[in-house]
Amino acid sequence: MMKGLKKWRLFSLLAVMTVFLSACGEEYISTLRPAGAVGKEQFNLLLFSITIMALVVVVVSVLYIYAFFKFRRSRQGEDYMPKQVEGSHTLEVIWTVIPIVLLLILAVPTLISTYKLGDVAAMEHVDEDGNKTALTVDVTAKLYWWEFAYPDLGIVTAQELVVPTGEKVYFNLKAADVKHSFWIPSVGGKMDTNVENINKFYLVFDEESEGLKDGVFYGKCAELCGPSHALMDFKVKTLAPEAFDAWVASMQATEGQIASKDSTDLGEATFAASCLGCHAVSSVTGMPAGAAMGPNLTTFGDRSHIAGFLEFNKENLVSWIKDPEEYKPGNLMTGAYKVGNNNPDELSDEEISALADYIMSLSVEK
Amino acid sequence: MSSVAIGNKKGFGATLWDYLTTVDHKKLGNMYFFAGLLFFAIAGFEALLMRIQLMVPNNDFVSAGLFNELLTMHGTTMLFLAATPLLFGFMNWIVPLQIGARDVAFPFLNSLGFWLFFLGAVFLHLSFFMGGAPDAGWTSYASLSLYSPGHGIDFYVLGLQISGAGTLISGINFVVTIITMRAPGMTFMRMPLFTWTTLIVGALITFAFPPLTVALFFMLVDRMFGANFFDHTMGGNTIIYEHLFWIFGHPEVYILILPAFGLFSEIIPVFARKRLFGYSSMVFATILIGFLGFMVWAHHMFATGLGPTANAIFAVATMAIAVPTGMKVFNWILTIWGGSIKVTVPMIYALGFIPSFVAGGVTGVMQAVAPLDYQLHDSYFIVAHFHYVIVGGVVLGIFGATHFYWPIMTNRVLNEKLGFLTFWTFFIGFHLTFFIQHFLGLMGMPRRVFTYQGDQGWDLFNFISSIGALLMGLGVIFLVVNMLLSIKSKPLNTSDYWGDGRSLEWALKTPVPFYNFKQTPLIRGYDPYWIEKHEGNKEGMTYAEPVGDIHMPNGSILPLIMSIGMFIAAFGSLYHPDGVSWSVPVIILGIGITVACMIIRSFKDDLGFTVTKEEIIATEESLYGKGGNK
Repeated sequence: MMKGLKKWRLFSLLAVMTVFLSACGEEYISTLRPAGAVGKEQFNLLLFSITIMALVVVVVSVLYIYAFFKFRRSRQGEDYMPKQVEGSHTLEVIWTVIPIVLLLILAVPTLISTYKLGDVAAMEHVDEDGNKTALTVDVTAKLYWWEFAYPDLGIVTAQELVVPTGEKVYFNLKAADVKHSFWIPSVGGKMDTNVENINKFYLVFDEESEGLKDGVFYGKCAELCGPSHALMDFKVKTLAPEAFDAWVASMQATEGQIASKDSTDLGEATFAASCLGCHAVSSVTGMPAGAAMGPNLTTFGDRSHIAGFLEFNKENLVSWIKDPEEYKPGNLMTGAYKVGNNNPDELSDEEISALADYIMSLSVEK
Repeated sequence: MSSVAIGNKKGFGATLWDYLTTVDHKKLGNMYFFAGLLFFAIAGFEALLMRIQLMVPNNDFVSAGLFNELLTMHGTTMLFLAATPLLFGFMNWIVPLQIGARDVAFPFLNSLGFWLFFLGAVFLHLSFFMGGAPDAGWTSYASLSLYSPGHGIDFYVLGLQISGAGTLISGINFVVTIITMRAPGMTFMRMPLFTWTTLIVGALITFAFPPLTVALFFMLVDRMFGANFFDHTMGGNTIIYEHLFWIFGHPEVYILILPAFGLFSEIIPVFARKRLFGYSSMVFATILIGFLGFMVWAHHMFATGLGPTANAIFAVATMAIAVPTGMKVFNWILTIWGGSIKVTVPMIYALGFIPSFVAGGVTGVMQAVAPLDYQLHDSYFIVAHFHYVIVGGVVLGIFGATHFYWPIMTNRVLNEKLGFLTFWTFFIGFHLTFFIQHFLGLMGMPRRVFTYQGDQGWDLFNFISSIGALLMGLGVIFLVVNMLLSIKSKPLNTSDYWGDGRSLEWALKTPVPFYNFKQTPLIRGYDPYWIEKHEGNKEGMTYAEPVGDIHMPNGSILPLIMSIGMFIAAFGSLYHPDGVSWSVPVIILGIGITVACMIIRSFKDDLGFTVTKEEIIATEESLYGKGGNK
């Protein structure tokens, strides 16, 4: 009877927690609305631990409030002399053992989950032809932008991670300059990108991002990395497996694509003269992961944001090119080229406008 | 030297000289207290600036670079330069009184510890006026801090190195004092809980600060000489820095919270008029928390990628700390259970502390669940958690103890109405600020962001949080006003102000004479003053000796000069990487001053002075009128 009652309490508490917590936050960024197996597992751990902790808080509060109201001096009388109790072994044992039991209950799923989420052995699995069976993405975090390379597919992109739904996607995480941390709140927990070693973990993306506001999940840098840490956002586009394969094919098809200095298009010519040194316009660069100086722009026209966080429109792109320092203080693009209308080595307003048109036209999806 | 002129008005110059040279634990307590309050105000102001910046999305109240300086200095200052010295203020004031000692074991070192701390803190704050404050967070992780341009990080490293040396010296001093200078009859298991927590904290400081010293030293030589301890391009490793920092950093949390536990363990029995429930298990829990505090540092690094086995071990070890902490909470509740609770200002802080701290504790256990922590780590959830622990635990403890011990420390009392107003303003502001931040974190907001884009579902909660922060600021202003008003109020000249004092310090009549107890008391049990009071002892205490000559230490200006030497040397080190020609001479000059002081100190016989029986009687009469302290 007693046991049943307790169970009922636990479940009702759990139900209340679920309703309360899931009402919180936006679908594309909230950990409370998980859109992947890893995030869901972590959300369940949250509910489980919060329920146990809520029980603890309730017990403590009841005892405390009862004691507080019952034993006020105004009720006891000004001269009341309480019995000077030393303590109680029985009580000490009770409130030592019960927390230990609660923590053991909490420790079991913790340990199981720690090992489960840390298991990246499948990363190295190969099929009969020696091809990797799992999709791996090499993530390189750089001062205020993200590079995503797909080593087994030979393609690279930046700022907007594109992944298939319904399978484990493995990540090799590394930072190129200072420590950052890779976090997609609504899909799963974070892992740091260290400067000296590669961290590995996996995430699962269950839902296609198409229907979301902006059509993407939001990703964040979660480790202080300098003035623009708050702006080091990236976005995640999740596609159904077939759509993902099509995307990969069109990415691979950009091999050899390049901006020409001799182009009749002012934007392309300007790009070739001033930007190509750092920004590739082909997804197949052949460079090792993390070697690129600036974000790969092959898919720029498909993106939802400029510089990871600005609204996607030409006006913002022009302003960004003119003065990146204004938008992302401490970024490494500032000073790599000159802006002005006087000297031939400076980018004029006309050139920047053409440049913006050219960059926005770069696309593999349109 | 300070034996003369007690009670007579002294000139400003004489008072200043007295404070610059003093080795008296009570005066050093005052200095710690007011230095701590000063830095608390500065760091609180920095927090307000940050909350104003985050009040609305895309705000430009402060720039990105300045915001990082503010968040770094807020954390560094609050932990090292506000909370620690405020607690040291109470330790200095109260511990010698609680154990019936005349001073600490090493009064000279006590003074040296204070001046090193203070000048290190001043040095760190000069960074604001000399090219920019440190901006890599209070943790100052190696890759970012090596990358950080300017001298901000050098200020951080050198300032903390100097003030950390002061803290270490003081910590050792407390351990020796408590072990060797207890009054006759005060066995370990008769020591008040605040003395116990001070002892354990002294031990924690002794073991925790050396790793920090090592980390900062490596960082210093990395930045000064390119030593490459942490530069990964030259074979260094930044993860080592994280380990060293947190091997210090986690015990540091307990260095702050254990004394607060001690203070509440003093306050609650007095106003519940009941003996502390489960004294021996409280002592045991304190020791256990101190020990386990060293075993859990890597839970700050779950997302660093140490691998599942390391994460699993540190997850379970972290959960284990909840057990002794829970024991303490239940013991406090059982102390008020069956007691006679009088809600005074100190008591309301204690009563507010229990639920606040429990809330902070349970979110700590949630973060011990390593896979869940992958989500919570470095989000606003952790910001909410540690503010619940530090503000809900340490700051409420400090504020409560300020009201509680104000009669002993100043011979005045803080206004009760204003005290309640302070409490409610601060307490409501605190919960308003931080409760909602748990949800911001769960909703995906990373910490240490200088701004955020609108429409991510965070706007309203950030606004509410900022309003709460303003309320907290208002509460602190009320407290300071209360302190200023009390200075002008009538002296109490009483003992046992709260009427139900239990431990030794309440047996003393205020103002406390510079030698504390006229005769060393004899301790006949736990809560010695309570025992004597309830056996009808009109003398206050039973004494272990007749009135006789008292041997006291001399004051000295040397600790201040030694610290100034380090302060000067720090400037040389700071500018050394710039290749200026004067840097090495300045380093040599500064260290030379310090070493010269050490030599003078070593070769000069300083046997202190003796207060004769006649002088004691005269002092007592000037303080309390005919008959002295009876």
